[in-house]
Amino acid sequence: MTLIRSKTETPNTQKLSISLLKSLLKSKTGIVGFIILVAVVVVAIFAPILAPYDPTLINPTKMLKPPSWIEGGDPSHLFGTDNLGRDILSRIIYGSRVSLLVGISAVVLAGIIGMLVGLVAGFYGGWVDMILMRLVDSFLAIPNILFALVFLAVFGPSVPTLIIVIGVTNWVAYARIVRGETLSVKEREFVKAARTIGVKNSLIIVRHILPNVMSSFIVISTLSVASTIILEASLSFLGLGIQPPTVSWGGILSDGRDYLATSWWLATLPGLAITVTVLGIIFLGDWLRDVLDPRTER
Amino acid sequence: MIKFLIKRLLEFIPVLLIISFIVFTLVFVAGDPVALLLPEDASQEDIENLREALGLDRPFIVQYGTYLSGLLQGDFGKSFRYNSDALPIVLERLPATIELALSAMVVAIIIAIPMGVWSASKRNSFVDLFATGGSVLGKAMPNFWLGIMLILLFSVTLGWLPVSGRGSWMHLILPAITLGTGIAAEMTRLIRSSMLEILSQDYIRTAKSKGLRKFLVIYKHAFRNSLIPVITITALQTSTLVGGALVTETVFSWPGLGQLLIQAINTRDMAIVQASVFVIAILVILMNLIADLLYRVLDPRIKYN
Repeated sequence: MTLIRSKTETPNTQKLSISLLKSLLKSKTGIVGFIILVAVVVVAIFAPILAPYDPTLINPTKMLKPPSWIEGGDPSHLFGTDNLGRDILSRIIYGSRVSLLVGISAVVLAGIIGMLVGLVAGFYGGWVDMILMRLVDSFLAIPNILFALVFLAVFGPSVPTLIIVIGVTNWVAYARIVRGETLSVKEREFVKAARTIGVKNSLIIVRHILPNVMSSFIVISTLSVASTIILEASLSFLGLGIQPPTVSWGGILSDGRDYLATSWWLATLPGLAITVTVLGIIFLGDWLRDVLDPRTER
Repeated sequence: MIKFLIKRLLEFIPVLLIISFIVFTLVFVAGDPVALLLPEDASQEDIENLREALGLDRPFIVQYGTYLSGLLQGDFGKSFRYNSDALPIVLERLPATIELALSAMVVAIIIAIPMGVWSASKRNSFVDLFATGGSVLGKAMPNFWLGIMLILLFSVTLGWLPVSGRGSWMHLILPAITLGTGIAAEMTRLIRSSMLEILSQDYIRTAKSKGLRKFLVIYKHAFRNSLIPVITITALQTSTLVGGALVTETVFSWPGLGQLLIQAINTRDMAIVQASVFVIAILVILMNLIADLLYRVLDPRIKYN
């Protein structure tokens, strides 16, 4: 894998995507994950068209209606309504937007930070590596969610803060793996050769090291989206993540907790949405790992 | 070994320093607590006076120095909500959290060891499918949601177990299962892959071919060795365990550190927040150290350097 830009690259990428597609079709869980993820993305993008109601529309005449398939259910509200008469299906549909937005953006941010730290620490070694690795140790000693809570307590909850907070607390995993890969790649012949002929360090990192750490990077990133969605939902559940009126799965769940004795669907259905989405991402990530990173054990 | 221990303990100093710096900077950025301490109609002069009295008008680095020297003496500042030192309040909550975390660990071990060993010894069987499927599901389910579902089933519907609080062992069951299954999911996967690797080694083939019973081969030869990597990785999960405990405590109103911390964050009681972060960090670091030592005891081939 090199980054030499030439005209022959196009057919190669085409071939690659065809072989990827073929292997996806062979993996049962991979294809299930792919379908789930595409479905969630479609739902998130077309939420205004798909949702039968405005997710924040309060309707005092239809409070706490059970899902339509249950006795006493209202056929116009498939998943029932909450304590303010809001439509749960619409709320879950809109909730997917926040989950994906925060999940993906936070992973991108964490990935960029982790990639930079990992490359620099692994490539330069010495005291730079030592300082950066102590920083990594410090972050490892504190649970992600605790760091996120402290950040949120200081900066106050909002979607951009949440993305930054999760990004800044989650970069450690990338940094460690990218550093490890960099350490091994940098001893390979082609890097030594590039050094010998006097290629600049920055160019060696971009042209030779980066492409080689990319596959494990993509695999962890995919799997991180799953844990980030769970982290966002947990923070919103604790009341320190997404704030109303913005709808989030963790938030709906937290609202539903007070009505557990009478209205089980309020807390059950958003949790199901989180679980299915995360399951889809894990399936896809595991398949990607098998394809891109055959060395790692499952 | 003593030398190794001292070296590892010395390594904690920079880590704790970095944590103290990050936490202090965050609290510094958050703004001073003067606004919360004084009545709303306080004059500008009152505010300035209090800032001066608390030393908040001094430069950042000086304040950090004072803060650090306080830390060394176990002084994390005063909680204005409880109107007393923050550290004792935090330490008072620690046993409840440790109780929850340890019980969750026990639950995880009870589930994960049999599942991992069984599924590896019968690869691609129904049991294996069940174990791997279960561990993926355990990872995909948010902890707090599982907790709520357990409350819904066992407390609300069946009425067998209390909904929340701490007291008898009955109170501990649901929180321990909630927190334990998440850890069990990861542990099962690890034990399975560790066992699979070891079962393919030569000494296992030798043991099998000299006619040892399958049970003996698996438990005496394979399982023991497969535990070594499992212990280290499990210890690295302490951080996940404690993080999970914070959320689980909120679900079950368990009176531990997590509950205290969430309250402190909501009331902006920064002294409690800082003390909690430190206590948790030290807990995680110590657990990792214990695992590291255990690792060396179990596998004498590993040298102390």
